[in-house]
Amino acid sequence: MPWGEFKDTAAERRLFQRRVVVMLMFVFLLMAGLVARMYQLQVVEHDIYTTLSDKNRVQVQSVPPPRGLVYDRNHELLAENRPVFSVTVVPERVGGMDATLEQLSGILDVSDEDLERFQRRLREPRRPFQEIPLRYDLTEDEIARLAVHRHELPGVEVEAELVRYYPHGELTAHALGFVGRINRKELQRIDPVNYAGTNYIGKSGVERFYEDVLHGKVGYQNVETNARGRTLRVLARENPVPGEDVQLHLDLRLQERAYKLLDGRRGAIVAIEPSTGGILALASVPGFDANKFVTGISVPDYRELSESKDKPLFNRALRGQYPPGSTLKPMLAIAALDSGAVTRDHSIWDPGYFELKTGGRPWRDWKRGGHGWVDLNLAMAQSCDVYFYKAAEEMGVDTIHSYLSRFGFGEDATLDVSGALSGLLPSPDWKRATRNKPWYPGDTINLGIGQGFMLSTPLQLATATALIANRGQWVEPRLLKDIEGDHPVEEFLPTETHEPLKLKDPSDWEFVAEAMEEVMQGARGTARAAGRGASYRMAGKSGTAQVFSLAEDEEYDADEVRERLRDHALFIGFAPVKNPQIAVAVIVENGGGGSSTAAPVARAMFDAWLLEFSETAEGALVSKTDSEKEVH
Amino acid sequence: MAGREVFSSTASNPLGRPRGIWSALHIDPILLFLLVALIFCGLFVLYSGADRNIDVVKAQGLRFGIAFVVMLVFAQLDPSVFRRWAPWLYGLGIVGLVAVMFVGIGAKGAQRWLALPGLPRFQPSELMKLVVPMMAAWYLSRYFLPPKLSRVGVGLVIVLLPMLLIVKQPDLGTALLVGMAGLFVVFFAGMSWKLISAFVVMVSVAAPVMWFFGMREYQKQRVLTLLDPQSDPLGAGWNIIQSKTAIGSGGFDGKGWLQGTQSHLEFLPESHTDFIMAVLAEEFGFVGIVILLSVYFLIILRCLYISVTAQDSFSRLVAAALTMTFFIYVFVNMGMVSGLLPVVGVPLPLISYGGTSIVTLMAAFGILMSIHTHRRMITA
Repeated sequence: MPWGEFKDTAAERRLFQRRVVVMLMFVFLLMAGLVARMYQLQVVEHDIYTTLSDKNRVQVQSVPPPRGLVYDRNHELLAENRPVFSVTVVPERVGGMDATLEQLSGILDVSDEDLERFQRRLREPRRPFQEIPLRYDLTEDEIARLAVHRHELPGVEVEAELVRYYPHGELTAHALGFVGRINRKELQRIDPVNYAGTNYIGKSGVERFYEDVLHGKVGYQNVETNARGRTLRVLARENPVPGEDVQLHLDLRLQERAYKLLDGRRGAIVAIEPSTGGILALASVPGFDANKFVTGISVPDYRELSESKDKPLFNRALRGQYPPGSTLKPMLAIAALDSGAVTRDHSIWDPGYFELKTGGRPWRDWKRGGHGWVDLNLAMAQSCDVYFYKAAEEMGVDTIHSYLSRFGFGEDATLDVSGALSGLLPSPDWKRATRNKPWYPGDTINLGIGQGFMLSTPLQLATATALIANRGQWVEPRLLKDIEGDHPVEEFLPTETHEPLKLKDPSDWEFVAEAMEEVMQGARGTARAAGRGASYRMAGKSGTAQVFSLAEDEEYDADEVRERLRDHALFIGFAPVKNPQIAVAVIVENGGGGSSTAAPVARAMFDAWLLEFSETAEGALVSKTDSEKEVH
Repeated sequence: MAGREVFSSTASNPLGRPRGIWSALHIDPILLFLLVALIFCGLFVLYSGADRNIDVVKAQGLRFGIAFVVMLVFAQLDPSVFRRWAPWLYGLGIVGLVAVMFVGIGAKGAQRWLALPGLPRFQPSELMKLVVPMMAAWYLSRYFLPPKLSRVGVGLVIVLLPMLLIVKQPDLGTALLVGMAGLFVVFFAGMSWKLISAFVVMVSVAAPVMWFFGMREYQKQRVLTLLDPQSDPLGAGWNIIQSKTAIGSGGFDGKGWLQGTQSHLEFLPESHTDFIMAVLAEEFGFVGIVILLSVYFLIILRCLYISVTAQDSFSRLVAAALTMTFFIYVFVNMGMVSGLLPVVGVPLPLISYGGTSIVTLMAAFGILMSIHTHRRMITA
């Protein structure tokens, strides 16, 4: 104790006690403040924080519906879903993207392509916290290795996903189309709710046209997750409604046969069942493996397909537009008869060439020296050009246009064939509008043998052939045969719009059909070689379309030039003549003569359908409808 | 009541001779009972907060064991020992803090630890929580109270010097506790209200200056985050949002022990250390919080009673300042977890997992028990 000061202990104690009282009040006040704060959070705002806590804890996950399967008419599976394990990355959850990718590359076999595709998808717009696949089709070994390193890789998950698989790859690619990853454009089009868990969408063909039916309805589950987003348990679940299974008119066996018949060549075959309009076969050769496109095709693979001179990605059956050539003659014969331009026994003298009444250059017949005296039946059987030049001149372009449009030329008459083109049915209006030139009489003459401006797809030719087989009764070509479930198939098909083609004398149909029969089985028919020895009657018409030029920038060696400059061989036909079961259009690119190259292909299709497959096909059909009747 | 009897027998011990087992051990049974109750409940909460990791609870139990021994040792010493040692310990502490600046070790950009060869690793700043109030009390109690202005000034220097050294580490939480402990001594010594007002004004002027020149970027961030947690909900605001969510979703009676989703699903960070109060609030609700605060309040009441009944100024000042430091612990931690105060690293006393603070706190209670059990009969 320093000198000069003395302590008053009692006063000090009193001072201290006062201060303690002050502090006690201070403590009490602050504690009351804490209690008030807790009361505010836990009682007053309890509901808000309960919601926040549940939102933290419970996440709504979408459960994508399994895509509907696609069957052929005999319930052969054409498109199914296969579980595929892929490794995905959620960019929002990874620590460092570069480091994560590098580490993953060490664990898995990640190619530069995978990385490139991943980076591309990373830049595309997407839903927040949506996973981006890095690699598909992991092996079990890779899944195990990933599991070991899982804790070091936040945001990286192995996901099992049902991915579309086409067991018949090349055979069905053009007929069915395929699905692929949803792209930027489609993202804006689709319903974001129903597609919340879906990564794939139909890109072409049946997959695209029946997307809504095949996709199904999304399901949901509430899952409890931890702060790192790992799912701990499922709290509630609303199951998705799977996509409807779809049955097509397609017959896989016939489809396979069509591909085999065109193997090694370029061309297309379309076969239609005249009674229903059902497409039995739709082949475009060469094809491609649609499975490659499902998870995203690699750049070199795509380049190989897209740059191939044989154009495997090009759907010749729907989008190949060729001059129909002489295959147009049966439809022109109907037009000529019904319009009164010719009569059945009207005969002309064919000197081997034709001149317009107004003069000018002569049009040659394919047969030098001409056919001599020909009536309509013989003109069809021998494909006499001069007869049809004259008939065309007599009808005039407007009449021809009007009749041919009733056959479905110049339009896409299909009900559910996605991507079918409409060809070109020329008219004076069209020529003025697009070429700014008047319609010359010579243009009509060219049209009379299916040349000139006229273009049609194999599918259009088959449709028009089916119309003749049906004697004027329209059946729009369609792929869908049935959809599983209670709904009748008509609910899913667009409405039919075509009126039947009624002739003044309906027996003209029989006349033309018989003339087409002459082509195949008459003594002088152009395709009698192809029709020889058949146990049924068949009708047909061959055609040859000239190849005008090759694109200038394409390089071919001399042999190839010769090959690629050869005419396209065409053929249309149906069988049997009475009660037709099948109508076919065949085109073999650079195949030469229609009767020598395309007609045997059509004959083989007829044989296959009528003799080889018919019983089982019919039998299956009958027994199925019977059993269905019993159920309902 | 048994407690009341013990209480009165200790209070009216006329000869200062040990009477009964508690006096022989220099233990205040009431305080001991409250502490044990708090620690016992805390271990249950810790088990939940550490996501059922029994090893964490065992480690914490071991720490309490050590801390109890420290408390017992401190309780045996006579308060005069603390007074005599205060200047030396203070000097040692300052040297330690300076040493930390140059040779200290630590993590996350802060140097707090001193590793001297042959000695266990220790934190000089933690020691200062006890030594600074003792030193201030030693200095001020040498003179008559209330202190003259100049002595208040010296007292403040004694407090602020170590505080600044700790701020430099940087360890804002500890600096705050050390500073408060010292300032409480000056307050209890009788610093005039005028001076206190002037001091408050000075601090409020200094705060903006500190903001621009004294505070590190992360410290500023914590304050900004407090004001608007939603500004950075996945970064700095995450802790506050998640802990408020945990507390609020607990409701009146809580989700039940081990049933807290916020902590068990790992949304709540630091759920077994600084933010353990949120686990308690989530699982035991408002009821649990009120009980916890009541226990803390009873401990503070008992300790303030001990300081009021202390027999000399040094003991009074030290006892009251340590009590108030304990309260500051509670208030700052709960204020921070409930989003009233910025996030500073202050544990919830005797419940949060972590070594040093438990030992320091129990040592402080040892000092309080020493003060209470070493009284002699002196008639005024």
